[in-house]
Amino acid sequence: MRMPLSAAIGLFMTALFFAAAILAPLIAPYGMAEIVGQVWEPMSRDHWLGTDNIGRDLLTRMIYGGRTTIFVATAATLLSFSLGSFLGFTAAVAGGWVDQVLSRFVDLMMSIPSLIFALVVLSVMPVTLPVLIAVMGLLDATRVFRLSRAVAVDITVMDYVEAARLRGEGRGWIIFREILPNALSPLVAEMGLRFIFMVLFISTLSFLGLGVQPPLADWGAIVKENREGIVYGIPAALVPAVAIAALAISVNLVADWILNRTASLKGGRGD
Amino acid sequence: MTAVHPVVRLLAQRIALGLVLLWAASVLIFVGTEILPGDVAQSILGQAATPQALANLRADMGLDRPPLERYLSWLGGAVRGDLGTALSNGQDIARAMGQRLSNTLFLAFWAAVVAVPLAILLGLVAVRYRGRWPDRLISGVTLATISIPEFLLGYIVIFFLAVEFRLFPSVATIHSGMSLADRLNVIVLPALVLVLTVLGHMMRMTRAAILNVMQSAYIETAELKGLPPFAVIARHAFPNAIAPVVNVVMINLAYLVVGVVVVEVVFVFPGMGQYLVDHVSKRDVPVVQACGLVFATVYIGLNLLADVIAILANPRLRHPK
Amino acid sequence: MTDAVLDVRGLRIEATVCPPGEQPRDAVLVHDATFRLGKGRVLGLIGESGAGKSTIGLAAMAYGRGEVRITGGQILLNGRDLRAAGPAALRGVRGRQVTYVAQSAAAAFNPAIRLMDQVIEASLRHGLMGRAEAEARAVALFRTLGLPDPETFGRRYPHQVSGGQLQRAMTAMALCPRPGLVVFDEPTTALDVTTQIDVLAAIKTAIRETGVAALYITHDLAVVAQIADEILVLRHGRMVEHGETSRILHAPREAYTRALVAVRRAGGPGRPPAAPILSVEGVTARYPGLRQDVLSDVSVSVAPGRTLAVVGESGSGKSTLARAITGLLPPAQGRIRFAGRDLSPALAGRSLDDRREIQMIYQMADVAMNPRQTVRTIVGRPLELYFGLRGAARDARVQELLDAIELGEGYGDRYPAELSGGQKQRVCIARALAAKPRLILCDEVTSALDPLVADGILRLLADLQAREGVAYMFVTHDLATVRAIADSIAVMHRGRVVRQGAKEAVLSPPFDDYTDLLLKSVPEMRTGWLEAALATRRMGSAGH
Repeated sequence: MRMPLSAAIGLFMTALFFAAAILAPLIAPYGMAEIVGQVWEPMSRDHWLGTDNIGRDLLTRMIYGGRTTIFVATAATLLSFSLGSFLGFTAAVAGGWVDQVLSRFVDLMMSIPSLIFALVVLSVMPVTLPVLIAVMGLLDATRVFRLSRAVAVDITVMDYVEAARLRGEGRGWIIFREILPNALSPLVAEMGLRFIFMVLFISTLSFLGLGVQPPLADWGAIVKENREGIVYGIPAALVPAVAIAALAISVNLVADWILNRTASLKGGRGD
Repeated sequence: MTAVHPVVRLLAQRIALGLVLLWAASVLIFVGTEILPGDVAQSILGQAATPQALANLRADMGLDRPPLERYLSWLGGAVRGDLGTALSNGQDIARAMGQRLSNTLFLAFWAAVVAVPLAILLGLVAVRYRGRWPDRLISGVTLATISIPEFLLGYIVIFFLAVEFRLFPSVATIHSGMSLADRLNVIVLPALVLVLTVLGHMMRMTRAAILNVMQSAYIETAELKGLPPFAVIARHAFPNAIAPVVNVVMINLAYLVVGVVVVEVVFVFPGMGQYLVDHVSKRDVPVVQACGLVFATVYIGLNLLADVIAILANPRLRHPK
Repeated sequence: MTDAVLDVRGLRIEATVCPPGEQPRDAVLVHDATFRLGKGRVLGLIGESGAGKSTIGLAAMAYGRGEVRITGGQILLNGRDLRAAGPAALRGVRGRQVTYVAQSAAAAFNPAIRLMDQVIEASLRHGLMGRAEAEARAVALFRTLGLPDPETFGRRYPHQVSGGQLQRAMTAMALCPRPGLVVFDEPTTALDVTTQIDVLAAIKTAIRETGVAALYITHDLAVVAQIADEILVLRHGRMVEHGETSRILHAPREAYTRALVAVRRAGGPGRPPAAPILSVEGVTARYPGLRQDVLSDVSVSVAPGRTLAVVGESGSGKSTLARAITGLLPPAQGRIRFAGRDLSPALAGRSLDDRREIQMIYQMADVAMNPRQTVRTIVGRPLELYFGLRGAARDARVQELLDAIELGEGYGDRYPAELSGGQKQRVCIARALAAKPRLILCDEVTSALDPLVADGILRLLADLQAREGVAYMFVTHDLATVRAIADSIAVMHRGRVVRQGAKEAVLSPPFDDYTDLLLKSVPEMRTGWLEAALATRRMGSAGH
């Protein structure tokens, strides 16, 4: 199937954001914390996006902020994904009490909204990047656990998995050759959605002042720094917020496409 | 009939399960704040604190007692409505929270009053024109609102409606002396943002739930009886769509509870969310615990309500064999 | 001719289909269908899946499911062209002049509304009668259709009555508004054979008493032989043959019809028994967490190179027996002996060789093969696992096996989704054969297939048995299959074996009650069988 235009745009934009994050020191016009002008200068030739609340170049701040946001979100996604899918598959294949214990614990974790849970934990933990990544990753692993367990349970009841067990295949073959190839597409699509959620999560925490701490800044923190300007009609705070939305929408478009492709493959499996 | 009706039995089970979950959540909150690595007293006072000050604070907070004992006295107090006193200003938490909780519920209530019917209406429109432009337009717009963080929506709304056009106040100050009309005027913008944030999810899920019902074989049966479209929907689709739609609504009201935290900060609205965030920054653990417990209660309660309505709406359970 | 209820001329039906990995395109489902149906006549529409029979049935109500569109021809109902009618006019016709009975009544009834309200809904909506009159008519129909407690039956909800009763209630719903035409869309296909005969008889009685015309859609010639005055044979959306029922059954003109009629041939005589390779001795089993035994004290045996057919209805425990033999459901009591040794009850305790020697073929070939593996991987894996074959040696053996199942060159690189239903089942057979087993458990292997395709599979299995000397345990609900393939038979009912022995002995009198009922319920392809079967059954019950 050809890639639809929306997915192509999404993929291009996502790649652009990641490239900017990785190459930040090379492409940023000024230093991250360098004060280069007046407070809240409007957009100009020297400062494409203007300056921020203490006169730093906003484009530079945005590029470095994106680097932080994307790094934290990616790390948390990887953590939540590897942990969640490992435990989810284990629960589905092992069944019995292992499944019961894991599933009930996840039910419990999910009975408290994750933002609230994160705030409760962050009230006593030191707010550093590793702690943020760990808290976000662990809380979100519950969702990945639910999905990967559901997908794997759907697959383990298939006759071809039973046939493999009857044949005498080991657990490794069953997980990696029978289950995983069939579970991959929905999980990859979910990974996109989890990444978006992580971007929104870290931005929200930073916006509340409980995420990335100065002098480092991510997009959420840049919104917070410049929020006072809004009431004077200065849109500096909107710039990072728009970047967050653009990244989220781009990844969403790609994830949607992957999900649709999975659905049509499923349709082809029957008659 | 000597046996208990299955609906009663199921309801009792669900409510018991909800209580167990709530209890377990209280354990989780307590463990999350008091037993995790990291010293509460240290994190409150910072690295420069003297050993004497640390010891005093620990004794004040009862940190020298065993965790189980502290948990039981905390839970016992919470059940009686005594949430302890705040570390930062020594106020009684339950009293400080009362007015804020009612402010938050006021805001969430009006957001829900607008969002729920609107989401269901848009869901119905999307189903009615499935695959055609109204459906695509609604899907596209809701995809965008799902991807936009609440604070962006908040500042866009403030930027245009409060600063550029000066239609509504950008800061939502509210107190008990205000008339209902004044209070409503104050919460228009925060409520609007809340509506926009939950609308996307709610509408998409409503659409999926109704589509699922509309694709059932009994809908085809009704069409083949020559029933007009309205009768098909009202008589055959609606009774079966209640449970899934209510479920969707409840799940999204639970989202709304979380969305409130950010929206209150954006609009400086004196509610529960603002209260929680302030005291997380101050590392005021008793307040954070109390807020966490209240949010978890509301969240679990809404999910429980969804379960209960789904059970009551299921004909198989209402009329057992 | 004015007496035709339904007159279809040059009907053409198209749909937009989306094959996986391709652009959507339009496909023609029905080409140029032309037939007439007189008052009170019953026309049987017969064909394989995809023949377009249900599509034509719904077109008689000018209705297309999903993306299905009627693009050509005329549909004259009582002389009026439905294609020219607008939506409001169509609503006036549907549920009034023509009504519908679906294959799955369980899905077609609204779970939230009492049966009576659904049965009389169309009559009230079209203003044909008042509520009291409609309810009285519904009760009378319930009685005609042999439903229990006809006075109070309508107060129940759909989930409170059985599948066979729902199918009859749906018939009552279709007949209530006194339509001129009823479309029956495979109304008995989902039912067990002993239930099917009652529902079939009830439908036939109701049709006769109300004098309604009917389109009766089925894939089962024996069923349609009981109920239809004339038969229309369809294939790939085209009309093959149309004629009086007895003419189609006894003097079919077209090759395809002849093949359909001939498919239910009787098999040869059963071969003599020999020392068993598998013997199941006194096995009792239950699923974890359930109180009821699914198998109680079951003993059966299979001889080398022979076929045992285990026959029974849904819930009889026949598939569970196969699971117990594989080790997936370890028996609570009893033992399973294979080739002179005791098999470990649980799968985990069995050696690789134990597993190799007993292979299994499933009912749904679709889900029995990993959709992400090619045919070569699927068939080659047992060769790697059991015989250590690799690379070219493995590929050569895979090709031999594909030749043995009559699949040509180039199939090795295909994925299951690229195969037809019959081809998928053949690949599953090749996978089983690759292990060089001594026993293959076949769980309803033909019941998801169209009759002609199923016949090909049965023939292939018989050939392979002659060549390889492998024994089969054939689990099935279909007595025609049993007759064609079995050497010995075990009849199961509610978890017990009620009768077993050589084929001839099991199928000859004197019978036990259940086997008698089962045998008499299997439709035969001659007119008048239904009445005769019901008559002997009544005599039998009068005798008790």
